[in-house]
Amino acid sequence: MSNGVWIIAEQREAKLKKVSLELLTIGRQLASKIGQPLAAILLGHEVEKLAAELEAFGAEKIFVFDDEILKNYSSEGYTKVIANLAKAHQPSILLGGATAQGKDLLPRVAARLQTGLASDCVGLEINHDGHLIAKRPMYAGKVLVDTMTPEARPQMAALRPNVVEVEKPQESKKAEIEKVKVEVKPDDLRAVIKELVKTAGEKVDLTEASVIVSGGRGMKNTESFKILEELASVLGEGAAVGASRSAVDSGFAPHDIQVGQTGKVVNPSLYVACGISGAIQHLAGMRTAKCIVAINKDPEAPIFEVADFGIVADLFAAVPLLAEEIRKVKEQS
Amino acid sequence: MNIVVCMKQVPDTESKIKINPEGTGIEAQGIKYVMNPFDEYAVEEALKLKEKFGGTVTIVCMGPQKATEAIRTALAMGADDAIHLNDPAFEGSDSLTTAKILAGGIKELKYDLILAGKQAVDFDCSQVFACLAETSDLPYASVVTGLEVAEDQKSATVKRETEGGIQEIIEIKLPAVIAAQKGLNEPRYASLPGIMKAKKKPIKEVNLATLGISADEVGEKGSKLKTMNYSLPPERKAGKKIEGEPKEIVAQLVAWLHTEAKSI
Repeated sequence: MSNGVWIIAEQREAKLKKVSLELLTIGRQLASKIGQPLAAILLGHEVEKLAAELEAFGAEKIFVFDDEILKNYSSEGYTKVIANLAKAHQPSILLGGATAQGKDLLPRVAARLQTGLASDCVGLEINHDGHLIAKRPMYAGKVLVDTMTPEARPQMAALRPNVVEVEKPQESKKAEIEKVKVEVKPDDLRAVIKELVKTAGEKVDLTEASVIVSGGRGMKNTESFKILEELASVLGEGAAVGASRSAVDSGFAPHDIQVGQTGKVVNPSLYVACGISGAIQHLAGMRTAKCIVAINKDPEAPIFEVADFGIVADLFAAVPLLAEEIRKVKEQS
Repeated sequence: MNIVVCMKQVPDTESKIKINPEGTGIEAQGIKYVMNPFDEYAVEEALKLKEKFGGTVTIVCMGPQKATEAIRTALAMGADDAIHLNDPAFEGSDSLTTAKILAGGIKELKYDLILAGKQAVDFDCSQVFACLAETSDLPYASVVTGLEVAEDQKSATVKRETEGGIQEIIEIKLPAVIAAQKGLNEPRYASLPGIMKAKKKPIKEVNLATLGISADEVGEKGSKLKTMNYSLPPERKAGKKIEGEPKEIVAQLVAWLHTEAKSI
């Protein structure tokens, strides 16, 4: 079977999500290993213009489903389109992003196609007999497992964002673009998005952030998270603020910025833990950060056991100083 | 309204996880098992809906004998009865197969809503309930932080968390499968009278034979996705740690970040 490696390109408000390019990057490697073409599926409304970007990142074939009914994501509408296309073309591998949308969509697609799906993968490889081996964390990353779908097709996997470094192919090929008729009717959709609500302006999501400044119980209250926001803003546009479970449960921070086993599992290049002791469930959520900094006044705090750089200090003194010093360094360079 | 809550028993999030010598699973010894934290939100939401609309709350749980403890916890919180899908043949089932087993257990019930946690914190797949929705031909919404059931109980409005502080407001027809995220509510604790009453509430045991599915369709054999070797992630080592005057140690930290880690 040589029916290709497919990726589901994800867009929101007609902008491609970075994970789509990460999927193309890894998809290209897998496609070349098994000697099959790389295709992308693009769904939405007035999204055709995004095909050029998919082409530049190596898609050889692009299926475009452009229709108003696909403007907003719906689990039933998107599943129908993708599953029908996959049934017709029988790809050997089908990948999507382990994003809010992907986590909702991909299992439904897998169930309709009666195939296996590996969730939230941190590694995708082809083994000696041509199978997709998907490495995925369990117990919030306390354990890793290799998974495989030996018989059913397509072999499906959801790729965790920020795991693959985006690369453009050296030569860009002209992609074949196929516009496909959308056969989704309003009656097909029993769950429909009525409204998108943006809270507190648009934020960098923790799972996509390159830098995270997190606060724990040591923050003492909600107001003090301002000093973390200031530090994050000095660290750049890709920086976000996170919180530990105790900070969230004490009401200092909203639950959607919780890092850890019952919050988000994050993978930034820099993680600054302020007033976080380092409970096991928290460490599980941030242990893959490239560089961990800990600021805590308790020299025995377990967070120091995983930190690359630790300073034993009162965070209320150290964090504003740190913001100031970093600002100086950034101005000089 | 009649509500089904799907529930799983998992290791407590404070557990240290060790791999068994064969590399095929985790070492169960020394682990404290609890109700999956996200399922607590589902149970609480079901109880709140029952308080408002009347009806019943039925717990459906697939798991070994010891999962009865988690089922009793849910009954002590206030659920009415439970179905325990318990058969050694179910072990090793992937998400899709688990969904088929749950669907089999739920099939005979009359329900208006199926609630569950958005993911189980052991395998972290976040798949079972999308698969259950597909298997039972129901609409689905996941990562839900707000749920408002319409007066006629034929639809609901849900708030769903996505990335970057964006929430989707979804109108969904009932019956539906809705998967709860932290923030949906504050789960209650089981009261002492609740715990006493729970001991007498019925738990129906369902095994492979009573479910009427063949052994080839469940467990590892019936699963499309095979899990192979388990491994531990690389250990992180403690790096540099300094104490002293805040000004000096912060300056040292910035120097490290700039020259060694090159993160700023």
